[in-house]
Amino acid sequence: MTVVEDAPAPTPGEQAHPETVPQVDFDTDPTRYRHWRLEVDGETAWVYLDVAEDGGLVPGYELKLNSYDLGVDIELYDITQRLRFSHPEVRSVVLTSGKDSNFCAGANIRMLAQSSHPWKVNFCKFTNETRNGIEDMTAHSGQTWVAALNGTAAGGGYEMALACETILLVNDRSSAVALPEVPLLGVLPGTGGLTRVTDKRHVRKDRADIFATKSEGFQGPKAVEWKLVDETVSRKQWDETVRARAAEAAATSNRPADAQGIELPPLQREVTEDAITYPNVRCAIDRQARTATITVLGPEPGTVPESLDRIHALGADFWPLAMTRELDDLILRLRTNELDIGTWLIKTQGSVEGALAFERVIAEHSGSDWLVNEIRHYFKRTLKRLDVTSRSLIALVEPGSCFAGALLELALACDRQYMLEGIFEDADEEQEPAQIVVTESTFGAFPMGNGLTRLQSRFYGDDETVAALHERVGERLTGAEAEEAGLVTDAPDDIDWEDEIRILLEERASLSPDALTGMEANHRFVGPETMETRIFGRLTAWQNWIFIRPNASGAEGALRRYGTGRKADFDKKRV
Amino acid sequence: MTSSRPKIDFDAKIPNNVDLASDRKLQRALERWQPNFLDWWGDMGPAVDTKDVYLRTAVDVGREGWAHFDHVPMNEYRWGVFLSEHDPDRKIAFGEHKGEPVWQEVPGEYRADLQRLIVIQGDTEPASVEQQRFLGATAPSLYDMRNLFQVNVEEGRHLWAMVYLLHAYFGRAGREEADQLLARNSGSDDSPRILGAFNEETPDWLSFYMFTYFTDRDGKYQLGTLKESGFDPLSRTCEFMLKEEAHHMFVGTTGIDRVVTRTAQLMNEHDSEDVAGAGGIPLDMIQKYINFHYTVSLDLFGNESSTNAANYFTAGLKGRWQEERRKDDHVLTDDAGAVDAVRDGQITTTEVPALLALNQDLRSEYIGDCSNGLKRWNRILEKHGIDARLSLPHVGFNRQVGAFAGQRISPEGKMISEDEWQRNEGRWLPTEVDKTHVRGLMHPVLEPGKIASWIAPPTNGINDKPVDFEYVHFN
Repeated sequence: MTVVEDAPAPTPGEQAHPETVPQVDFDTDPTRYRHWRLEVDGETAWVYLDVAEDGGLVPGYELKLNSYDLGVDIELYDITQRLRFSHPEVRSVVLTSGKDSNFCAGANIRMLAQSSHPWKVNFCKFTNETRNGIEDMTAHSGQTWVAALNGTAAGGGYEMALACETILLVNDRSSAVALPEVPLLGVLPGTGGLTRVTDKRHVRKDRADIFATKSEGFQGPKAVEWKLVDETVSRKQWDETVRARAAEAAATSNRPADAQGIELPPLQREVTEDAITYPNVRCAIDRQARTATITVLGPEPGTVPESLDRIHALGADFWPLAMTRELDDLILRLRTNELDIGTWLIKTQGSVEGALAFERVIAEHSGSDWLVNEIRHYFKRTLKRLDVTSRSLIALVEPGSCFAGALLELALACDRQYMLEGIFEDADEEQEPAQIVVTESTFGAFPMGNGLTRLQSRFYGDDETVAALHERVGERLTGAEAEEAGLVTDAPDDIDWEDEIRILLEERASLSPDALTGMEANHRFVGPETMETRIFGRLTAWQNWIFIRPNASGAEGALRRYGTGRKADFDKKRV
Repeated sequence: MTSSRPKIDFDAKIPNNVDLASDRKLQRALERWQPNFLDWWGDMGPAVDTKDVYLRTAVDVGREGWAHFDHVPMNEYRWGVFLSEHDPDRKIAFGEHKGEPVWQEVPGEYRADLQRLIVIQGDTEPASVEQQRFLGATAPSLYDMRNLFQVNVEEGRHLWAMVYLLHAYFGRAGREEADQLLARNSGSDDSPRILGAFNEETPDWLSFYMFTYFTDRDGKYQLGTLKESGFDPLSRTCEFMLKEEAHHMFVGTTGIDRVVTRTAQLMNEHDSEDVAGAGGIPLDMIQKYINFHYTVSLDLFGNESSTNAANYFTAGLKGRWQEERRKDDHVLTDDAGAVDAVRDGQITTTEVPALLALNQDLRSEYIGDCSNGLKRWNRILEKHGIDARLSLPHVGFNRQVGAFAGQRISPEGKMISEDEWQRNEGRWLPTEVDKTHVRGLMHPVLEPGKIASWIAPPTNGINDKPVDFEYVHFN
């Protein structure tokens, strides 16, 4: 992620002031895009990156050379969502530049240099998720992405291309692909760059080493030879070839030809000082305790649509989609805007019967209907957002909750699960004891980044327990049974509940936020490495370490000195 | 386990001022724990078969209530749960929370530390009952036997007090720790008591008096620091325990008074220092017992320089002795203190931040208090016209914990060689011969008003009863 540009030198010691960091809003739609153009032409969508220089999310930098910041990526994320849901006819997506000069120079370096550490980390996490989402579209949505690099793609620009299935680079004797972060900025191509070059494009490690230290990168022919791009095409044949590759990609799609998309209207969201409320998701923030209580409201049993037609007619109002959109938005907002709220308490509220009824609809149709399939994968990606969220996640399973099937994943994504055994004895209303239910979807519908289910991750190396739980699909498990089965951490009764939870939360709040982040990430991702876990674990962790080292972010570090005409003054010790 | 037992009538069985009758959390915890406690008392408590004993029972915290005397069968003793009066305006007196209102609930941040402090304190209480289990069989008088049992039931009640805190404030983890307090046993190979001194047996009555004088006094100082705690229930519990602890000190102080008195009498009667043949305990043997019990008790204060103690202080969990009477900022972040050290074969001190020196600070208070007993006993010798004097050995003598551990230091405070130590150890610490002699004197005297040969009778009875009162009835 980088941009090579001439810009005024930053003032030494300059950091984004808290008051200049805005409350980030993730709402947008094609009429509001400032940095992208989306043109749908039959079965191919053309996605043009055309960044408005003066459109930075935060004051203090200009988005020159098609460089990007979080605001640019929020629009890209919106594009991916609309292509999935509103354009089922699209079977391939061409990512290209709307500028004549270059494709993309990556993340804006002035923005990085002036940003606080949490801002950089959150920005990179969100971009990583969007890149992964693009790969997920190619793999599961029948919308294959083709990068048409009609100019130089450097740093984050090339990383964006790496997320596509195919990369074309114009052969004009000047355009190149490059990862100049290490030689120019003293940081890593940290949005998947290093990882995808080796793991996805299978570039040899010695060549990868040369490529990642060679600031100017490689032009077409060499880039093809080294597998950095798939094809290099002369200007003359460019349009025709890109079209052909888009058509070829479209031909592999299983998207139905005559499908009607659904609209994604703006979310209904009410934000107050200490609450964010949607129709299906509520969040209450306790600033003193530094907790956010997130309650997902389940569907009512009687509201299950009787037919696929009805699901399509409901569209964004279909409960699983409505709930997932709201939850996705909430996660992003809390992650970006509420850094001090270190613990999220995850609850559900609704009928177990209702949750299971919706589950059956999804299970029945997700293999055959494009929309239901999209909803399943959207919920999968939203759960993955939780998995990589650097907050302590605690599930509270109480009477009136509906952690059943897909919703059980919310609990399993948490670091700990507490389930009330019995009922709250002094409750005003009559209660049934809380129940949780594993269903078929627990065993594969929503895999984590490590390729395992949350159940397999939980019982890593203990396939017998997983198999035994498979025998209990559909069974309503009480607190004691769930604890016995290993599905919850503890099942205190009414007498103990309040103290146990209070002490747990206070104790948690007293621990080092950094150590918790590291510990939780280690515990959540057990077992096998995948490209995804390598990006979020290995690459991101190293990048975030480098970000806080003086060699990058110190007053004399490479990130801060870049563009000042002065060389970085490195501490030469290898650590 | 609980289902086979009758339901407990809490208020009748367990005198308390914590509203036990309406606290179902406590009730449930105690329902399970109380039968286990009674089993433990049966197995590990006093081994003498008595009908009833003239005991003091706390039935309330007020002036009238805390010392209620009557003959009661030991297994029907009413162990109660008492906290001293609640002061709604109490503020934390020290550390980084100084000036804030005290906590009525355990702050989650300090759960682990508070639980640990309470468990360690709680572990010592039943330990001493176990250590003293067989002493009743050789009591020098009914008066002494009664005092032993009084100490035992009150150590039992102190266990209750700590268990109350674990049950009331620490949830499931607290209940599990409360169970462990009964599962560990003094001297057990498999699951010993936490602190070393509480795994030593108390084989004879001289050891018992020494233990109540020196080791229980450590307890007094530990309770005194916990009384300062910002966790109000712990503070109030400890404040009330200190009242009872005073009696234990009294048993130790007057016990040693009477041994010294008897030895002085025998020395004068026989005009000899060697009173062993006359059924007494020679003065040098008493000195060796002092040397031993004093030094193992010093070990209970831990390392002179302690980060744990500093953390507890800063967090507001455990203060200093008489914290509020001290004239400093009660935060101590800018102060320095000196702690004992051995450097280049010399006994010296090291300057450390005052926060790190808190263990030694408390130990100094304790040493000052211990020396009062020595003055008392030396006055007895003086009154009997005897020139010899008893003394406290140097703080570095015979130490296993802290700066002096592994050093050979004489009672006078001189660094000595291993060789010199070996040659003199038998002059400074009780030998097998000494122990055998003392044990040999231990014969029960069960007739009211009579007393064993090696100890003088008490000057007063208990609760204004005469010395020859029948303090213990047998079956």
